[in-house]
Amino acid sequence: MAAVETADVVVIGTGFGGAIPAYYLSAAGARVVMLERGPRFATEDFTQDLRLDTYTRIVDLIQCSGVSVVAGNCVGGGSVVYFAASLRAPSFVFERRGTLGRRLWPAAITRRSLDKYYTRVERVLPVAQQAWDDVSYAGGLWAAACARAGHTCNPLPVAVDLRQCTSCNWMLNGCVFGAKRSMLLNYLPAAETCATEIRPLHEVQAIAPATTTGYRYAVEYNQLSASDYRIPTGTGSIEAKIVVLAAGAMGTPVILQRSAAFLGAMPAAVGRYFSPNGDHVTLGVFDEAKVRDLLGLERAPGTPYGAYAIGRPITTASYDYLDPGLPEFSRFSLEQIYFPPIVNILAEDGVDGPPVWFGVDKRTLGTRFPSWLTVLAMTEDANEGVFGPPPPTGNFIRASVAAGLGQLSYPTAPETQRGWDESDDAVRAIVEKDGLARHLLWKGGGNAYSAHPLSSCRIGDDPATSACDDGHELRGHPGLFVTDGAAVPTSLCVNPSLTIAALAERASTLLLRRAGDYGLSLRAQVPPPGRSDPVRRRRCRHPV
Amino acid sequence: MNFPAAGTGPVLPALAAALNARATGFAAAHAIVLDPTVPPLVSLDFEERTTLLVEILDGTDPDQLAYFALAGIVFVAYHTAGHLHTTDALAAGHPGLVAIGFPLPQSDGKWRFPDFSYRRALAATHPATTRRGSPR
Repeated sequence: MAAVETADVVVIGTGFGGAIPAYYLSAAGARVVMLERGPRFATEDFTQDLRLDTYTRIVDLIQCSGVSVVAGNCVGGGSVVYFAASLRAPSFVFERRGTLGRRLWPAAITRRSLDKYYTRVERVLPVAQQAWDDVSYAGGLWAAACARAGHTCNPLPVAVDLRQCTSCNWMLNGCVFGAKRSMLLNYLPAAETCATEIRPLHEVQAIAPATTTGYRYAVEYNQLSASDYRIPTGTGSIEAKIVVLAAGAMGTPVILQRSAAFLGAMPAAVGRYFSPNGDHVTLGVFDEAKVRDLLGLERAPGTPYGAYAIGRPITTASYDYLDPGLPEFSRFSLEQIYFPPIVNILAEDGVDGPPVWFGVDKRTLGTRFPSWLTVLAMTEDANEGVFGPPPPTGNFIRASVAAGLGQLSYPTAPETQRGWDESDDAVRAIVEKDGLARHLLWKGGGNAYSAHPLSSCRIGDDPATSACDDGHELRGHPGLFVTDGAAVPTSLCVNPSLTIAALAERASTLLLRRAGDYGLSLRAQVPPPGRSDPVRRRRCRHPV
Repeated sequence: MNFPAAGTGPVLPALAAALNARATGFAAAHAIVLDPTVPPLVSLDFEERTTLLVEILDGTDPDQLAYFALAGIVFVAYHTAGHLHTTDALAAGHPGLVAIGFPLPQSDGKWRFPDFSYRRALAATHPATTRRGSPR
């Protein structure tokens, strides 16, 4: 009989929520194994290419009922494919009461208490503050349109090395210039320096009780084919004293649902309260002459704008509706964002009558692509998403290598719709002022679209409405922690990556303090990554 | 549509048969005489096909998701040349990429935009902004 494989800690997932605890735990002396469903690529492997078998190797489109979700699927997770906007969530978010009428975040977490963890992440990534010189033409156009309509607009902080960045606008594909600060460039290499082992193409199916004395959980996985993630190539199991679940808000609850058969009942909030972060995209199609005449913009002689596809994808946003005095569900940021033409199917055609989003008029709209500007509203939703029973394997049914059907339902609540409608009104008032642009909605397919899945195993103080306690430990399952976007209690009104990372930093700090409770003898404090490798090697108990 | 990464290849025969069945039903409902020498969907004229597709894609059709996925592949083929490397598609004058004005790469086949910004302040920033640029 083969010996049972063991590790002190198994981390499931390698994005923000997995990479950060993996670094701290291994730097503190734990033997850490990371299991990642997707493949492993480095800077030199990424491509600037719209061919379907390139970027689709690292990102999934999961079609669900009422919402479609885009999620990273590679070592580094969402950090590899994100657009790097790195904002702290506004203070009021942490005080949100939602439709339940009581505070949804744990009492222990406020913006003020989280600020020190935000600061740490901003230094490690690191995050750069864009100046106006760094703002893309599209971001400048959005700012100028906001200003003309009486609004403020800010250049945004981004996790990008601005000296290396070429403004190529291919962030969804992974950065070919090594400028975007993904987990591949900071926490993960730091963790590997401390002997963390990263295993790509290992899709965790379930967690069961361990059979080895002193170990608590057995993590069961399938190995997947590198060329077709639908094909399993093997199975295995690792037993651990601590399991950190960070498979993303679309993956973590499904693993736990499937684990209930082995571990016993899961908290009621597992797979409930999903939020798409209130993501809501609309399109402005700009009149180039009015861009010149009303806004005074001209990027080259005779060319006022015509630059939708040029520059970093996110550079400016208006914070005017992040007003804590506004009622809940009426607060949102309005962010300039670029999407590659893979989503061109979604916008309505702008001509009355059917067809709405395809046909001759839609093709004509496509010829205006350079004059497009998409705006992402991130609103307050009602956490109304619920996961159905898990599929046989994985977290959704793969119809192709990078797309499939999920079990999530998102029946849009009136409060959520109100936020989206109010954000539509706000964007329309800005872009349609004096005929500057035509404001169009995304209507293709009828779903909401989100690149920011959250809250499907959220932390909180109320056991009835939160799966995990304020230390990210799954209720009733000691030693099992959720540290990814699933743990975030509510939508954030800004891009979530920095908050997911700050919460993972905080959870890691708490974990190190409590390691003895789980039979591990670890250093209680570890400095963040960022020093040279030799310094890290001396710090680790298991040097490479 | 048979490009492996699209994932639609195996279901194309079933989808084609279903579309032709829908076209036949549409023709019967609208007293349209179909040309027996071509598939029923092809036999409908452009306006009729468009009307049928509106029924299928914008209504509450039980197979709407499958047809939307199929439409998605068509969009991806035209708007992104998803079956080709983008540099090759642009070099060959791919009609969709040309129509949408997708920008060209530099001579080494990589995209970089040295000129990407108006390089001037274009709005007042929000007063409740932290030193690092986040909302308070």
